[in-house]
Amino acid sequence: MIKVNNLTKKFGEHISLDNINCEFKKNDYIALMGANGAGKTTLIRSILGYYHPDNGGVLINGLDPIKERVKVLENISFVPQLPPPIKLSISELMQYVSVGANVDKQKIIHYANEMKLDIKTNMNKSFFKLSGGMKQKLLIAISLAKQNNIIIYDEPTANLDPKARDDFYRLLKQNEDEKVLLFVTHRLEEVEQIVNRQIYMDLGKIVSDEVIS
Amino acid sequence: MKNLYLIAFLDLKESIRAKWFLVYSLVFGGLIALFFIAGVTESQVMGFSGLSRLLLMYIQITIVILPIFILITTVRSISGDRDNHILEYMLSFPISLKQYYWGKILGRFVTVYLPVLFAMIVAIIYGSIKGASIPWDIFFLYTGLLFAMSSVFLGIAFFISSFVKSSEVALGIAFFIWILLLAFIDIAMISLMMSQRFNEELIIFIAMINPMEIFRVAAISLFDPELTVMGPVAFYILDLMSQTTFVVLSILYPVSLGILFSFLGFKIFQKRDLV
Ligand SMILES: Nc1ncnc2c1ncn2[C@@H]1O[C@H](COP(=O)(O)OP(=O)(O)OP(=O)(O)O)[C@@H](O)[C@H]1O
Ligand SMILES: [Mg+2]
Repeated sequence: MIKVNNLTKKFGEHISLDNINCEFKKNDYIALMGANGAGKTTLIRSILGYYHPDNGGVLINGLDPIKERVKVLENISFVPQLPPPIKLSISELMQYVSVGANVDKQKIIHYANEMKLDIKTNMNKSFFKLSGGMKQKLLIAISLAKQNNIIIYDEPTANLDPKARDDFYRLLKQNEDEKVLLFVTHRLEEVEQIVNRQIYMDLGKIVSDEVIS
Repeated sequence: MKNLYLIAFLDLKESIRAKWFLVYSLVFGGLIALFFIAGVTESQVMGFSGLSRLLLMYIQITIVILPIFILITTVRSISGDRDNHILEYMLSFPISLKQYYWGKILGRFVTVYLPVLFAMIVAIIYGSIKGASIPWDIFFLYTGLLFAMSSVFLGIAFFISSFVKSSEVALGIAFFIWILLLAFIDIAMISLMMSQRFNEELIIFIAMINPMEIFRVAAISLFDPELTVMGPVAFYILDLMSQTTFVVLSILYPVSLGILFSFLGFKIFQKRDLV
């Protein structure tokens, strides 16, 4: 479903992605690992079509995520590394997601409850006023409610307490079928149950790519 | 289209909650209130009276402060959202860049235009209650001028916002543009240029490409051209073309300029990395 061809991305002189080639197919559940600054986030953002590559490119179901961004993003659920300081209230954010991406609000509420996020009483609160963990829970709930077959998570559990992590991994496991999951993490042991492939990046290159069970 | 309205609507709601919007509305509402308290409508000075005089004072102050208000509150909209990773998340949904960008512009336009318009409507209503005769020609001209002014500075602000690397730089550029346009407006400066025997056409041309100068001349164009407050440029321009032609120009030109800048901003937004 995702094909990365000779992808190179530079920021000034710095090469963040150095001629990356890889392919993610249906039922690939990937742990994307590597030291800080290895290029994981840059790779993910390239897949989402945010960066104009210096060379090569990405194809998602055969489509260019920059030129066909709407069609491509209809199939992707994404949670970023840091929840951004969005000033919209929760209900407004939900409106944005439900009108803009056809996500069922009830499903968001459902998954928020599953994540033990008290969404009903916080509806009119600004998103950026939620605690770090609450923000992540909401973004996760939205990503699950979006029910796409490509799921991209950039370290979504950094602020979650252990209980919330368990809830999250349980929900993720339940939703695993015929999908691609790209999960950036620094702790393989946490996602062992969920992933079946491990990719290791360093200095903008993929240094290992193996199937694990 | 539904996404465009959605983004405009949410941006509008967000702005209305923001502190700058409160200050913004208070400044323009306060101006009008101040004029009434100061009895501007009651006095007769220099041949124009009542509401006309109030509206003229209002628009003259507005010409100076509205641009800087629009610039500093808007110039960070795209660049700020990029800086703090809001774009990274909001644009991960299937919303086209076109809808996102123009939705933001539409939302912002309503936010900046409505309070200044509203202040003027309040003045009209209050003035008529107090028994002043309503100068409809002035009212409609100024409504149009405010519209054009909002468009052009919003366009410039979004243009800057699309290419600057950081919010601080955006603010700096905004200030610079404001001062630059304001300097050209200054009669003293233009007189200075004249006294040094610059080509007359050149001076008029420089004055005419400056939207702030256009607004200033248009705002007084309904009044007696013999008035000394006009300054030499205004006098010259109104001598050159009919008042109607100039009024149409004074609205069309800034609006086109605003659209042009917004469009350039969009092209840059599309071409650059989004985060
Ligand atoms: N917008 C940018 N401008 C300049 N350099 C950048 C930019 N984004 C990333 N980089 C650089 O690219 C390299 C890879 O960054 P990236 O964020 O992809 O790392 P990462 O693997 O996600 O690291 P972490 O585990 O810390 O999240 C880093 O050296 C970073 O400084
Ligand atoms: Mg990262």
